Amino acid sequence: MTEPLIFEHSRPGRTAAAQFPAGDIDAAVPAELARTSGLGLPEVSELQAVRHFTRLSQRNFSIDTHFYPLGSCTMKYNPRACNRLAMLPEFLSRHPLAPVSASQGFLACMFDLQEILKEVTGMKGVSLTPMAGAQGEFAGVAMIRAYHEARGDTERTEILVPDAAHGTNPATATMCGYVAREIPTDANGDVDVEALKAALGPKTAGIMLTNPSTLGVFERKISEISKLVHQAGGLLYYDGANLNAILGKVRPGDMGFDVIHMNLHKTFSTPHGGGGPGSGAVGVSERLLPFMPIPVVGKAADDSYRWLDEDDLPQSIGRLSGFMGNAGVLLRAYVYARMLGRDGMHRVAEFAALNANYLMARLREAGFDPAFPDRRASHEFIITLKRQNKSVGVTATDVAKRLLDHGFHAPTVYFPLLVPECLLIEPTETESKEALDGFIDAMIAIAEEAEADIEQLRGAPYTMPVRRLDDVRAARQLDVRYQPEAAA
Amino acid sequence: MPFIPHTESDVEQMLGAIDAPSIEALFDEIPAELRCGRLDRVPEGMTEMEITRLMHERADADGRPLNFIGAGAYEHHVPAAVWEIVSRGEFYSAYTPYQAEASQGTLQVIYEFQTMMCGLTGLDVSNASLYDGATALAEALLMAVRANRKSKSRRILMPRSVAPVYRQVVETICSTQGLQLVELAYDPATGTTPEAALAEHAGGDITAVVIPHPNFFGCFEAVDQLTDWAHANGALAVALVNPVALALTRAPGEWGAQGVDICCGEGQPLGSPLSSGGPYFGFMTCKQALVRQLPGRIVGRTLDLDGKPGFALTLQAREQHIRRGKATSNICTNQGLLVTAATIHMSILGPAGLQQVARASMANTRKLVDALVELPGVEPVFSGTRFHEAVLRFDQPVRPLIDALGGRGIVGGYALEPVYPELKHCLLVCATETKTDADIDTYVQTLAALMRPASAA
Amino acid sequence: MSDIPQDLKFAESHEWVREEGGGLVTVGISDHAQEALGDLVYVEVPDVGAAVTVGDACAVVESVKAASDVYSPVDGEVVAVNEALADAPELINSEPYGEGWIMQVRLADANALDDLLDAEGYANAIADE
Repeated sequence: MTEPLIFEHSRPGRTAAAQFPAGDIDAAVPAELARTSGLGLPEVSELQAVRHFTRLSQRNFSIDTHFYPLGSCTMKYNPRACNRLAMLPEFLSRHPLAPVSASQGFLACMFDLQEILKEVTGMKGVSLTPMAGAQGEFAGVAMIRAYHEARGDTERTEILVPDAAHGTNPATATMCGYVAREIPTDANGDVDVEALKAALGPKTAGIMLTNPSTLGVFERKISEISKLVHQAGGLLYYDGANLNAILGKVRPGDMGFDVIHMNLHKTFSTPHGGGGPGSGAVGVSERLLPFMPIPVVGKAADDSYRWLDEDDLPQSIGRLSGFMGNAGVLLRAYVYARMLGRDGMHRVAEFAALNANYLMARLREAGFDPAFPDRRASHEFIITLKRQNKSVGVTATDVAKRLLDHGFHAPTVYFPLLVPECLLIEPTETESKEALDGFIDAMIAIAEEAEADIEQLRGAPYTMPVRRLDDVRAARQLDVRYQPEAAA
Repeated sequence: MPFIPHTESDVEQMLGAIDAPSIEALFDEIPAELRCGRLDRVPEGMTEMEITRLMHERADADGRPLNFIGAGAYEHHVPAAVWEIVSRGEFYSAYTPYQAEASQGTLQVIYEFQTMMCGLTGLDVSNASLYDGATALAEALLMAVRANRKSKSRRILMPRSVAPVYRQVVETICSTQGLQLVELAYDPATGTTPEAALAEHAGGDITAVVIPHPNFFGCFEAVDQLTDWAHANGALAVALVNPVALALTRAPGEWGAQGVDICCGEGQPLGSPLSSGGPYFGFMTCKQALVRQLPGRIVGRTLDLDGKPGFALTLQAREQHIRRGKATSNICTNQGLLVTAATIHMSILGPAGLQQVARASMANTRKLVDALVELPGVEPVFSGTRFHEAVLRFDQPVRPLIDALGGRGIVGGYALEPVYPELKHCLLVCATETKTDADIDTYVQTLAALMRPASAA
Repeated sequence: MSDIPQDLKFAESHEWVREEGGGLVTVGISDHAQEALGDLVYVEVPDVGAAVTVGDACAVVESVKAASDVYSPVDGEVVAVNEALADAPELINSEPYGEGWIMQVRLADANALDDLLDAEGYANAIADE
């Protein structure tokens, strides 16, 4: 069953009249500026809109409906209380420029959140303004740049990035005016330290690392790397994508990182919302404190809260959003952090690691190949189908699509790029053993099907609203908006 | 244990399968000297009942003042159905639609959103949104640099009538890439950018011209002249618009002889609550010829194996996860949930509703201005045609007035002097369709009472 | 087994070069390369008049999953580009050595082709992959 486009429900003259002011309103723009074309919006009743969008929602997998072991994305339960409490009417109607005298409740939440994030990361300062992980990355590298420039150290032009890194890392380095230089990974999944030594030098502005890395293993030589980079005059950037794996166990600040971003939509359980909003708060070491993006919430001697801005942080890299970033997301993260509390933080990493290692052990027993069989899984791990691809021709895409038919969202596929035919699997701490066992059973059934009937597998999925989609057609015959005249 | 389902027997069985003596053993690859102890400065955990009490207390402390402020974030009525549906777990807790077959809901919503934004702006292609209006402008300018291959200067003409914070954000994001922002003065009488401000740049190498409409002062700019000037001088025209105003004003795709090349803006007025400044979403549309330079996600309609229509992310090779260091931007997310809200919001309001909201906001601001200028010591500053914001000059500093109004449950406006020193004692005010005549009267009377002693002094 | 015409020269990075006489060469990517890339959905060609240098990225070919640089196999100036690729990138898939050509270059140095591989050399190079 397809759901027609909202435009196909539209009939001229139909309105949802309860939703807007009625009558003739005396307001018009001068003729030379006035609208001459239609608005291109549908004309439907409120019920038609409600039914249409409710039906569309039912065409999605989500955490609330399905196990969603998407590696590197930390699809854990998003507690409903976080949404409810962030949407209290007072918070929703608070204007971003409201006077601080009428904002102490909100500012208290933000200040507390900054303090909690400082403690769990071991950093000296936190700015909550970046609106997504990628913007946090931008802020982080921009701070590294500002730091070097403030010292008159302008010859540093390179940011080192491991070849396993997220694509955002090199993209960010480029955005900040640096050249991204790749560092290879050794056979055990650690950074190749000899190659790192060869790359370090007077051009090194810094290094961007994820730890545990995108390969699902802890970078064991982190202290040595930290020492080498600092000796070369560079700074260390921590990509917080995998912070869930180590929350309450080891802190980026203690590993020697100078700046980190946190994906609050991962570790602190704010919703992914079908692709955003995220939130990419940044934490900094002592030496980067003056460069934090503004605004930051400060506390005065009389315990009142206020915004710290250009006047307080004149060396700041500046503003990253129209106001203070994704405040509503930050409120959700705050509620989550308070509900977890001190002991809950440790448990996040513990049970995320337990679930990941259990899944890895059971899948290995079932005949799947972990990419790093001699390593502990962090909160996620990689299965490679290289062997099965050679023997029966099965691909990671085939397995991913067939999992949908079994009622499981697919793991991340084809990332990291280093491992052929890979599935990056992250169960998170909020999944029960029964959910994991169900997933294992599905993987075993798919492996058997690959041996018995590979064509059946290649046709998957069969039970979704659509079958496999033609990506090539989507790109070659670009159709990115509804044009009734073209469809007719 | 909050949000963790494991029983003791589960843990035991799972450790057995792993062949590990304890959960602690799973962390044995982390060097012992790096391990942290108790997180003493994190408070003890709270139950849902306890955190609910705390959050209500904090929310109550802030109250619900009457907002007579805009300055980039506007209070509009949002139909109840919008956030009821947006909060459904299937939208709320889904990830980016990388597995298209299991994400047709989110993908179709984005396709419908793209269609609506193309319709409103009169352009061919829309992305699936960016973080907010300010970053959308920054991304639009980076895009203009990539798209205008004839221009080598990376010089952008930026009217002073563009929101100061937008100009700051553009500076933060674009300065590392060598963009040069050249300010265009506004006419102190009209509050709009005169053609004369452009004249000195004629014949120079200009990459793009930004055209805010309405501008930060609420005034409509001479968009046809500015667009045509940009094109006559080899520059791209970049529109920065309020989407609600587009219900009444000519679509940017129809400005001047050829229409603008790129249009962007803050999507918040389309269904995002004020919410202290976010999450909102930025939108961006452009002409077909520039689609490859458009940053962010794009959804396309295609066919499945059975020839049935379906939706998928497309043109992904522009993006960071494939292009890495050569991507059009490092952006990964769109503001999916806010886009879902906007799509539902626009569907329910429809063209008639959005026009009525725009008209009512315009009319309310006019009422407010008419009443305020009746007060001794208050006068309008600019003569240009306004949308739903206006600049007023007082005979006394406005900061104390704003603070005093705040104490009386009114957010009275935005003080312009700190960011526009030439606008001494000037206040930017706004009254959207949410304000009644009684609200306006309350504001005017309260302000009048507060001003009297100052005027007498 | 992919097609490797005997009359062409090749770069190890999978571009081919055909001498057109008068110091002009035509450049494209090999059958082997298009096979490895899969269905192409977009080709970004250089500007006419642009200077190209051996080993520098001069064009980009995109499939739905990857974007790959095309490296210039010669030094010179671009005198023509294949405009048809804008609407039909699939020409590279169907006729990599014919209608799927990418650019014509006027060589800076007519002897510069000596460093390129001949058909046999290229066949050996891809056999090693």
